Amino acid sequence: MRILLVEDDAEVGRFVKKGLQEAGHTVEHVPNGREGLFMAASENFDLLVLDRMLPGGIDGVRLVETLRGQGNHTPVLFLSALAGVDERVKGLKAGGDDYLVKPFAFAELLARCEALGRRPAVDAPATRLKIADLELDLLSRTVTRGGKRIDVQPREFRLLEHLMRHAGQVVTRTMLLEKVWDYHFDPQTNVIDVHVSRLRQKLDKGFDKPLIHTVRNAGYMIRAEP
Amino acid sequence: MPHAVPLAAATRRRGQHPGPLWQLLSSAGFRFALLFAALFLLAGLAFTGVLWWGTAGALDRQIDAAIRADAMALAERWRDAGDQAVADAIGERLALDAENQTLYLLSAPSGQRLAGNLEALPQGFAPDVQWYGMSLERDGIPGEARLFVLPLPDGSRLAVGRDVEEKLRLRALLTEGLAWSAGVALLFAFAGAALLRRALERRLAPVTATAALIAGGDLSPRVPLSGREDEFEALGHSMNTMLDRIAHLMEGVRGVSDAIAHDLRTPIARARNRLEEALANADDPAALHSALERGIADLDNVTRVFQAVLRIAEVEAGARRAAFAPVDLVPLLEDAAELYGATAEENGQTLRTEWPAALPLTGDRDLLLQALANLLDNAVKFTPDGGSILLKAELLEDAIVVRVSDQGPGLSLEDRERVGERFFRADSSRNTPGSGLGLSLVRAVVQLHGGTLWFDEGHGESLDKPGLAVCFRLPLA
Repeated sequence: MRILLVEDDAEVGRFVKKGLQEAGHTVEHVPNGREGLFMAASENFDLLVLDRMLPGGIDGVRLVETLRGQGNHTPVLFLSALAGVDERVKGLKAGGDDYLVKPFAFAELLARCEALGRRPAVDAPATRLKIADLELDLLSRTVTRGGKRIDVQPREFRLLEHLMRHAGQVVTRTMLLEKVWDYHFDPQTNVIDVHVSRLRQKLDKGFDKPLIHTVRNAGYMIRAEP
Repeated sequence: MPHAVPLAAATRRRGQHPGPLWQLLSSAGFRFALLFAALFLLAGLAFTGVLWWGTAGALDRQIDAAIRADAMALAERWRDAGDQAVADAIGERLALDAENQTLYLLSAPSGQRLAGNLEALPQGFAPDVQWYGMSLERDGIPGEARLFVLPLPDGSRLAVGRDVEEKLRLRALLTEGLAWSAGVALLFAFAGAALLRRALERRLAPVTATAALIAGGDLSPRVPLSGREDEFEALGHSMNTMLDRIAHLMEGVRGVSDAIAHDLRTPIARARNRLEEALANADDPAALHSALERGIADLDNVTRVFQAVLRIAEVEAGARRAAFAPVDLVPLLEDAAELYGATAEENGQTLRTEWPAALPLTGDRDLLLQALANLLDNAVKFTPDGGSILLKAELLEDAIVVRVSDQGPGLSLEDRERVGERFFRADSSRNTPGSGLGLSLVRAVVQLHGGTLWFDEGHGESLDKPGLAVCFRLPLA
């Protein structure tokens, strides 16, 4: 992916740029809103990663509003030290697609970037999702593996659907909480882990190849290859 | 420009060292009293005006009518019988007028006096003016008279007048009365002003004294209330409410600094130690790796505590009420039960639930779920394996009551008092993970929704594990 990073803090900028590059992405880094707006408007990017508070008169929210006003729909991920819920709402209302509060784990940022950057492809209407011998029928809401039907609860179905839509990508616990449960809160303990391991037990029982993998210090990933 | 400076300085000086007169004039009580005195005086003036019009005016009109009637009668007589008859009539009337109040004059066209007791036509006589006021002296006493001059067809003139001394006496009486009452009103005004000022000062003194103490840095004093249900009481009341709120917010700020000192310092120190240790053992890659990882985990924990503290502060400040919307608590209860039910099941615990079909209220969905999550998280943590947890909600007439009950060690009565404080952890929970912020956040969320939080015995089965029930009540309106 080609990513534009607009971040005024040199150290955070360097760290994010390096990480994204190591993950195989091309990154342009500019330190202020004015240059960011110029770059975003004149070149093609797959994703914008914006700090909310930027020097140079144009902050992240203004930048996105301007871009959206011009009909530019490049996905935007906000990075911000402003953690208040209304700040988050403000960012998303302005046209941001995701909001990550500083300080963050790089794995979380990378997972969210990849989820956003590949979104259009997976948003295409599909009635069936398939990974190896696991099949998910979105119409009858049934799960089969190797032709054998697996009983899952509605929430487990949504959890599996989300993982499969992002097959091959890391999905973090907070992403699952936000997308599958639709809440923004701190669950204190890793309640999500319990749900994932339950689902995993159901899927992998009687099969020797596990599909849902735990990615250390990051989250989960569903993929065919071990 | 240099002139402006001394002027401003003079004004400031007056403000700094007010003289007694300035002090009196700038008193609100004095100004109120003065305003009332002015209104009083104005009412008095209006009353006197009406009185004047009713008495002196009526007298005037009566005299004028009498003069005019007399003059008309004489003019009639002149037309019938001529000058001599009028002169005779005037003579008769003067003879009859014992009090010497009437004035007559009949003058020939040449201006010569033909009859009457008046020497000549009044000064400033003009042919087209009929009514005159004139002053005259009778027996050495100055008086005033009103005169009506009637031109006769042959050019001679007839003047008829009356002494109006009566009216003057009345006027003097009224003026004197008015002056007296104005004086008394002014006296009352000043006395009233002084009284009012004293009363205002006395009633406001406690408020002023309290405000001064608070400005001095002590937030504990409150305005003493008199018990009378008046405006001052209301002022004192709202001031006390405001002070309570300020004190609470100050406590919140202090809580944040306590948090930084208490719960952030420890993990920061721990992370620092680990990193330092890692640096010392840099030649063992496995140890280095795990030390770095644990250091990051410690820092993540610092961030979480930090986030929780900020969130409590945000909720307590009431800033989130803007996000309030109608929500049904039932789906939230279901989701919370589902999220934490799985963990309970892992521990061999059962989560029993009980609620009606719908629990509509106005609130913040994420915060309410956070509150339920914190309570369930605690319940799961403290209930022994194989025990049960009860999550129950009921709809009362005007409120929703939620109860989360466990079978854990419970809380002693002293601990219940303290459990809402930030970072308080009962001795029995020292070995379980947690920041001690969970219940503070629950309490803040409940209070944000206008509700109350309390503790009860849980449904534990043994004496040493009575269990704890955390209950909260959310008002519907």
